[in-house]
Amino acid sequence: MSDWPILSLVTFLPLAGAILVLFIPGDDDISRRNVRYAALWTVSFTFLVSLLIWINFDPTTSDFQFVERREWLSGTIRYHMGVDGISMLFVILTTFLMPACILASWQSIQIRVKEYMIAFLVLETLMIGVFCALDLVLFYLFFEGVLIPMFLIIGIWGGARRVYASFKFFLYTLLGSVLMLLAIMAMYLDAGTTDIPTLMSHDFGAEMQTWLWLAFFASFAVKMPMWPVHTWLPDAHVEAPTAGSVILAGILLKMGGYGFLRFSLPMFPLASDMFAPLVFGLSAIAIIYTSLVALVQEDMKKLIAYSSVAHMGFVTMGIFTVTAQGIQGGIFQMLSHGIVSAALFLCVGVVYDRIHTREIAAYGGLVNRMPIYAVVFMVFTLANVGLPGTSGFVGEFLTLVGAFQVNTLVAVLATTGVVLSATYALWLYRRVIFGTIERESLRTIADVNRREIVILAPMVFLTIFFGIYPAALIDITAVSVENLMIQYQTALDAAVNSALSVPEK
Amino acid sequence: MNTMPNFLPALPEIVLTMGAMLLLLLGAFRGERGLALVTWGAVILLIAALVLLHRDGEETTTFGGAFVLDQFAVLMKSLTIIGSAAAIIMSDAYMKTVRAERFEFPILIVLATVGMMMMISAGDLIALYLGLELQSLALYVIAAIRRDSLKSTEAGLKYFVLGALSSGMLLYGSSLLYGFTGTISFAGIAQVANEPHPSLGILFALAFISAGLAFKVSAVPFHMWTPDVYEGAPTPVTAFFSAAPKIAAMALFVRVMIQAFPGAMDQWQQIIVFISIASMGLGAFAAIAQRNIKRLLAYSSIGHMGFALVGLASGSENGIAGVIIYLTIYLTMTLGTFACVLSMRRGDVMVEDIDDLAGLAKNQPLMAAALAILMFSLAGIPPLAGFFAKFYVFLAAIEAELYPLAVIGVLASVVGAFYYLRIIKIMYFDDPAEIFQPMPRELAAIVAVTGVLVLVYFIYPSPVVIAAKAAAHSLF
Repeated sequence: MSDWPILSLVTFLPLAGAILVLFIPGDDDISRRNVRYAALWTVSFTFLVSLLIWINFDPTTSDFQFVERREWLSGTIRYHMGVDGISMLFVILTTFLMPACILASWQSIQIRVKEYMIAFLVLETLMIGVFCALDLVLFYLFFEGVLIPMFLIIGIWGGARRVYASFKFFLYTLLGSVLMLLAIMAMYLDAGTTDIPTLMSHDFGAEMQTWLWLAFFASFAVKMPMWPVHTWLPDAHVEAPTAGSVILAGILLKMGGYGFLRFSLPMFPLASDMFAPLVFGLSAIAIIYTSLVALVQEDMKKLIAYSSVAHMGFVTMGIFTVTAQGIQGGIFQMLSHGIVSAALFLCVGVVYDRIHTREIAAYGGLVNRMPIYAVVFMVFTLANVGLPGTSGFVGEFLTLVGAFQVNTLVAVLATTGVVLSATYALWLYRRVIFGTIERESLRTIADVNRREIVILAPMVFLTIFFGIYPAALIDITAVSVENLMIQYQTALDAAVNSALSVPEK
Repeated sequence: MNTMPNFLPALPEIVLTMGAMLLLLLGAFRGERGLALVTWGAVILLIAALVLLHRDGEETTTFGGAFVLDQFAVLMKSLTIIGSAAAIIMSDAYMKTVRAERFEFPILIVLATVGMMMMISAGDLIALYLGLELQSLALYVIAAIRRDSLKSTEAGLKYFVLGALSSGMLLYGSSLLYGFTGTISFAGIAQVANEPHPSLGILFALAFISAGLAFKVSAVPFHMWTPDVYEGAPTPVTAFFSAAPKIAAMALFVRVMIQAFPGAMDQWQQIIVFISIASMGLGAFAAIAQRNIKRLLAYSSIGHMGFALVGLASGSENGIAGVIIYLTIYLTMTLGTFACVLSMRRGDVMVEDIDDLAGLAKNQPLMAAALAILMFSLAGIPPLAGFFAKFYVFLAAIEAELYPLAVIGVLASVVGAFYYLRIIKIMYFDDPAEIFQPMPRELAAIVAVTGVLVLVYFIYPSPVVIAAKAAAHSLF
């Protein structure tokens, strides 16, 4: 079992599925159904196989597991895969959300179904690859490759302003990433390798670290997205089809946070320490400012998009405290947000499929016609607010605990964001669900059907389960996070010592 | 003692020249009826030359050092021949559509190819000029091959006038160089110019030669002819211009700079950095406003030459390897793209507007998918081949500590991504326009092969890299 290339299998299974779908002929109803089922089976099977990773994962070591190495790009740039406590859960999150995406597109996507499914399957391969890659060039390949299918998904199956949104998404993220590419090259030339575990223990010069950190920051901050480079996100979310929004919010945003954890902290500790106040400042602004912006949105998806930016603010704040609680909280918040925000977009998709508008004012009184939907939506709204007992609480609480240890002011500002998030989320809920039905179109609206329950039920369960028993996730990440902190602290201490020893000469 | 020089290293060129003469006779006697024979004869001839090129021979020089055959030459000549052969194959359907079948066309391409191969193998200034002029004269005629078309003749004339000017500059630079060094061979020049401070005369010569060569690779500020010639010339000619001659000229550029002026690197590096930045920038920004796909590709090729020059600017072995990798992948992408452009045919009319591609994804999904892959690759998005091309040139630039060049380069590539994306947008997001004629078989084959190569290159990228490194090594 141990010499089984399980990571490559999970990564490339969806790609194999995509090739299979490619060869399903015809464009009538039957072949479209076949395409949907082929895609669904592929992602479901991928999810099941990926569970094997979790089952066989050893949470007592911080080493990379399931490691695979192969010759690839000549010399020291290799095909190198592996997961540790930080990345493993993101792989599972990806495979978990994909079946929901396919099911959510079951009826809402009627044109070019084949291309749609291929785009999603390729996207899954690339996303899993991002979290498994242990070589910088390989990582970059997956990281940037994601742009292609996502661009097509937004542009072909998106809403009215889809062209604008897809271009903005593509060019914004590309601009951030190309600088990272140059940094990767500089690292390769300095260290002679692009092997991530080796680079983690490589000491880059202090000045070089500053530049490299900034280049990586340019990429991850856009991806995250952090204020003020977040403006692509609301546009992309609003125009993307439901499943596209789910992937954007659930996985793509997490790549930024994962990047900070995998590269910025362990490889550039000095620069991370130096720039931490900058990150805190941007995070605090993001939390408060985007929460306020969310408050005045009239489009449901846009509101949730802005709330995502605010929640990612907690993540960046937590990560750069470099405390056990802060980092753990950041990871937990990402995973929780991956489920909760994905579910919220799915909830919006449910009513959008029926009424074909996302305007908040077009709804109201849904509780009268859709009681189950009202309950489901409530669970996710409250999780988004961070109510204790839901997964949203744990992440926010831990990041705030971390922040209080390092910078009280930032922590206080961020805490006001919790209040604001309650305001916009609950207000959204009131306007959409409560009240009396006044609009003609809503009088006949049907409650969630079986397919939608199948999509949302596991998410409701996990949101509450991880809220009550967060240790299920935290135990897995603990050792890796601890190791990360030890390395970080050692590097800082070494730098301080060498700085002190200079005057003695 | 008068000993015969060794003709063997030049065998492919000799075979091509003889073959071209035979085909010319054939064409003259059989007229237009012999067209198919001449066309396919030319292709077979080129393939034969390719095979002869790869018979195993070690690195040699002959004709008193005027002709160099090293690994670099073999590789670049192979690319050139492939580009030429593909151009002949691609021209067939087009020439029939516009009723401009002329048996001279494939023969002129073969002769131009001989010129290019001479350029690549040039070991002294005379050989350089001979090769360059043989190539250029053939190209001037090819550009104006549709002599009843106003645009085509205008393109030919424009190309000729500006080309003659650049040849003049090159010749002037060469004569200065000979005057100041007393030798015409690159190795001899390198010895004289290797002093810490090359004399002003040599620097003057360097500037003139660089200008002449920059014209041939259509680098800014000597690019003005490119959009007009690309647009005016018949499309298969444009396809030919954007592939083989670019590769040959770039190879010559590399050889002259590396082998004749190794000591003056500080001086020529400034020139190359400047024209590289200017080409990348202009290529990216000027293409945005273009509606004609051939003009757009002209600016795109200016930009790509800028990227390739990034590798030369670094002046290192890795940088030259980067140039070679870049050209190899660029050749693949550009042939595929032009095969798509050549398939834009409605009825008997060739269309050239990018808006004519609207909704291609619905009408011809396979062609649209291939063109989309090629566009993403031209934009340099991983995991497609175009990314690896950019990766190696920028890696060399970072290694040579040319940070501003690298940063400006990647930013230009983001700007450039915009217009490639627009083509994809038109194909995939817009409502379908009128359907094109089905693709001719040979074009479909070229599109399929290049599309697949670009798509799956990432799986096994090392052979190209290793070959390029070996070729670059042979120059130093």
